[in-house]
This record gives sequence, structure tokens and C-alpha cells, in this order.
Amino acid sequence: MTAYLLKRLLIGIATLAVASIVVFSMLEIVPGDPARLMLGMNATPDAVQALRDQMGLDQPVIVRYFEWIGGLLTLDFGKSYTYSVPVLDLVTERVVVSLPLALIALALSTLIAIPVGIFSAERRGRAADTISMGAAQIGVAVPNFWFALLLIYIFAVWLRLVPAGGFPGWSAGIWPALKALILPAIALALPQAAILARVTRSAMLEVLGEDYIRTARAKGMPRRTVLWRHALRNAMIPVLTILGLQFAFLLAGTIIIENVFYLPGLGRLIFQAITQRDLIVVESVVMLLVAMVVVVNLLVDLSYAIVDPRLRTNR
Amino acid sequence: MTMPAAEPTNSQEAGFVAQALRNRSFLIGFVITVFIAGMALLSFFWTPYDVTKLIVADRMLPPSATHLFGTDQFGRDVLSMIMVGARSSIAVALVAVGIGMGLGVPLGCWAAARGGIVDDLLMRFNDVVFAFPALLSAIIITAILGPSATNAVIAIGIFNIPVFARVARAGALAIWPREFILAARAAGKNRTQITVEHILPNIANLLLVQGTIQFALGILAEAGLSYVGLGVQPPMPSWGRMLFDAQTRMMVAPYLALIPGFAIVFTVLGLNLLGDGISDIIDPKLRRQR
Repeated sequence: MTAYLLKRLLIGIATLAVASIVVFSMLEIVPGDPARLMLGMNATPDAVQALRDQMGLDQPVIVRYFEWIGGLLTLDFGKSYTYSVPVLDLVTERVVVSLPLALIALALSTLIAIPVGIFSAERRGRAADTISMGAAQIGVAVPNFWFALLLIYIFAVWLRLVPAGGFPGWSAGIWPALKALILPAIALALPQAAILARVTRSAMLEVLGEDYIRTARAKGMPRRTVLWRHALRNAMIPVLTILGLQFAFLLAGTIIIENVFYLPGLGRLIFQAITQRDLIVVESVVMLLVAMVVVVNLLVDLSYAIVDPRLRTNR
Repeated sequence: MTMPAAEPTNSQEAGFVAQALRNRSFLIGFVITVFIAGMALLSFFWTPYDVTKLIVADRMLPPSATHLFGTDQFGRDVLSMIMVGARSSIAVALVAVGIGMGLGVPLGCWAAARGGIVDDLLMRFNDVVFAFPALLSAIIITAILGPSATNAVIAIGIFNIPVFARVARAGALAIWPREFILAARAAGKNRTQITVEHILPNIANLLLVQGTIQFALGILAEAGLSYVGLGVQPPMPSWGRMLFDAQTRMMVAPYLALIPGFAIVFTVLGLNLLGDGISDIIDPKLRRQR
């Protein structure tokens, strides 16, 4: 298992390395001089040059790349061009909105999808199965930002149960903060739940057709035990794979959803940074998002090894 | 996934049509897809009203007999905008699938044919691109290159490449050990010839199914990018942009937010059903599970 996990870890590190090169070189080709942008139109050429020197913009690309990487590794993300505050402060301020949002959405999606998937698989071909899979088919087709608009209309405008947007901050108390996150989380979660329910159902059906399930039933094991102990555990591998992919998707999805609900998260930060050409913020946020995705994928790989004992010895 | 034992023959193709007519997913999906595509084509020649003409006096009219889906904040006919918007959605998603297939399929086939280090490197690189949240990258690409339909196509297309490479490779790897490939090798054909003449026709089905799925995802991605202002640019109507414009007017004119949303759901649903239908027909083992 160590070899297997080591291999996955190396792939994760390689992913981050490639991502950093791609992000760095993409932003390298963007037109516009950051120093001039920071100082505004009326700055003298001398002042711009002084700032360029201070920011190290005239150094060779390779040097700047490694300085940037070194900074990321020591949590020194540099200073935002427009806000003139350390990027780390900006990011930590926003991550406490985006990360809980993505995690609540992931939890909701899992809590809805896995029971629905199992329930449908158990009743394959019957009315309950047809209805829930029909609903899932529609759920997959719904764009999350449109679903968000519908939710705002129903629960915020019409029923006035929750705010239509904005975020009071965690300092306002857990409950008001959660209340502001609940609609965005549902909007993100439901389309993902539809995908997950379909995957769970087909993984369960695949397993339920196996000989060992028939054997377990034939020897008189209670249906519930067969389902939960034998079938679900074996069906978990594809489900876990999708869960890992979904986290990446949810994290990226928060970018659009945060714009629908005016939430001050990483998504809105990255949008503002892009329009203001605040490249150092863009670079840092993108790398942070990719790093979160890589970590979650590693956790998924680790969970494979827990679910499937064969992986612990074979690879 | 199982493959047909040999290259498709005429009788198998006839069987496909007969089975297609009996497959409910396929039929519904096919009808919806043809309907949307027809609507988009029709919009090149005729729309109920001119979408470039702004008639302020007619703004925000609720749905009625003269304006079936009502009018927007500039007095443009929403039905006409939906028709023209279908055009942008389909064009963006279709070209993005084309980019993904055009580059991904050769890469996947090459990896499967060469094996060894080429295969390893290509697939590892694939994993890396896969780990990127595609939507995030699309937002960055369009933000850097500037918001336009073309850049949205490129951004969505790039992330179709690893998907098709993966499907093509998996499909090709299942075909390579077959006897008819061995026969072709014995007849002195090289790897490229075998790939083109024998591998591709046998994985075409798989690619078609993946194509419809990526097409549907492309429609959703285009709508998302247009919604945040990074896709098709106004005054060209697009479904995502219509939703953005509707957001602030939801209290007065909820139909403005409902109709483009339904158009997206309907189109994506149709494509997904079509894809499900095709994969049911070509792979009966999967049908048992549905």
C-alpha cells in the first residue's frame, strides 16, 4: 500500500508542478504592466521603474518563477497589486466562505444521492426507481446557477425564509452565516446529487448481480445485511471516484454561484482580480484551488485502500 | 465495456435502426435534439421578430399571442432570442466537441498503439489536466484572452481533449488483442493503418456516446460562461446572458428567468437521453442495469 500511496502522492505533486507552470506562463503573456496599473496613469516613468525594481519584474522569467514557488511554499503569497495587503490575508478571509460552502454542498449531495441510489437499485424497474431516476435525469440537465435563481425566487423573494444574497460573516454567529450559505449549497448540491445517485445505482446493480451476493442471500443472510455489508462496500469504489471529481466541480462551481448570491468568497475574489489585472491574486487563488483538488484526490486514493483491502497488499 | 466482435456489417446497422425505434430514451432524445437543432437552423432564415431591433415601448411584455414568450427589457421578442441563442449554444458546444475529438482521439489511439513510456506519459499528463477544475480554467482562459464566443470554445474544447483521449485509449486497448487485429498485422499492416482501418470503426460507437455527453456538458458550460459575461457577447443573444439579465428583474418578470432556463434543461436533457439511448443499443449488457 505504501508504494501505491507514494505513487499517487508523486502524481499529486507532478500535477501541482505542471499547474504552476501553466498558470505562471499564462499570466506571463497577459498584456499590461502591473507596476503601471498599480501606480495609475499619471505616474512618472521613474516611479514605475522604481516599483518594477522593487517587485522584481525585470528579473529573468525563471528567477521570478522560482521566487514565486518559494513564496507559495512558505505561505508568502506576495502583496496584492490593487488592495496593497498580503494576498494570504485576502485569501484566508475568502476561503472561510468558499470552503464551507463546497463542503456543505458535498455533504448534502452525498446524503441525498447515496440513499436514493441504493433505494433505486433495490427496486430496479419499479415505479420508485423510474421516478427517482427520471428526476435524476432532469437534475443532471439543470445548470446550477439557474437552479440558484429559482431557489432565490421561491425561498428568498416569495417565502422570505432566507436572505437572497450577501454574507454576514462568521462573526455574526454560526446560524446567520449558515442561513446565508444554505441556498447556495443546495443550488450546488442538487445537480451533483443527480449524477452521484445515478452512479451509485449502477454501481450497486453491478454488484448485486455478482455470485457472492446470491450466495449470501442463499445462505439466509438478512437482506439488509447483504445490502449494507456486502453490496455497498463493493460499490463504493466508483462512488468514491465520482465524489473526488465532484469536490473539484463544486469548488469551481462556487465561482459562479458566489456571483449569483454575492458571496465574498474565492470566486468573487478571482473575478475582481481578473478584471483589475491583479495577477498575483489570480495566480495564488488558482494554485490554492488546484492544491485543494489535489489533496482531495489523494484522500480519495487513500479511501480506496481502506475500502478495498486488495489495494493494501497488491500494489 | 464490451465491443462488437467484428466491424459492423450491414445487418448490424439495420439492427441498430430497428432497436433505435424501440428504445424510448433514444427516441425522446432524438426528437428533442432534432427539434432544438431545427430551431437553431430556422433562426438563420426566419425568427418571429428581429432580435437586433429594440422597441422600448414594447419592453417587458408578459407572454401573449403576439409575443409567445413575452419581451425583454429592450422590447426584444424572447422566443426569437431563444431561437438565435440556440444557435450560439450549439455552435460553441459542437466546435468544443470537435476540438476534443480531433486532438483527443488521435492521442488516445496513439497511446494505445505504442504502449510503454508513450502511453504512460500521455496518460499521466491526462490525469494532470483532469485534476484542473475545467470551469475554473475556462474562466481564466477567457478572462485572459478576452471574453468572446471563440475563446469560450477554445476554453471548453481544451478540457474535452483528455476526456476523449481516455475513452479512445480504453476502447482501443480492448480491440488490440483481438484476432482480426492479429490477422491485419500478419498481412503486413502497420500500426497507423490498423488504427485507422480497424480500431477507429470499432470505437466509433463509444466516441459517439461520449460525444453526446460532452456536447451536453458544453451547452451547460457555455451557458455558465455567458452568464458571468465571459461567453457569447451582447447584442448576440445567448441563453446564459438572458438569465443574467433576468436576475435583477425576477420580481416583475419571472418568465424572463424561466424560459431560457427551460431551454437549457430541455436541450441538455435531450442530448443526455440520446447518449443513454445510443449506449443502450450498442451495449446490451449495460441495458440490463438501467
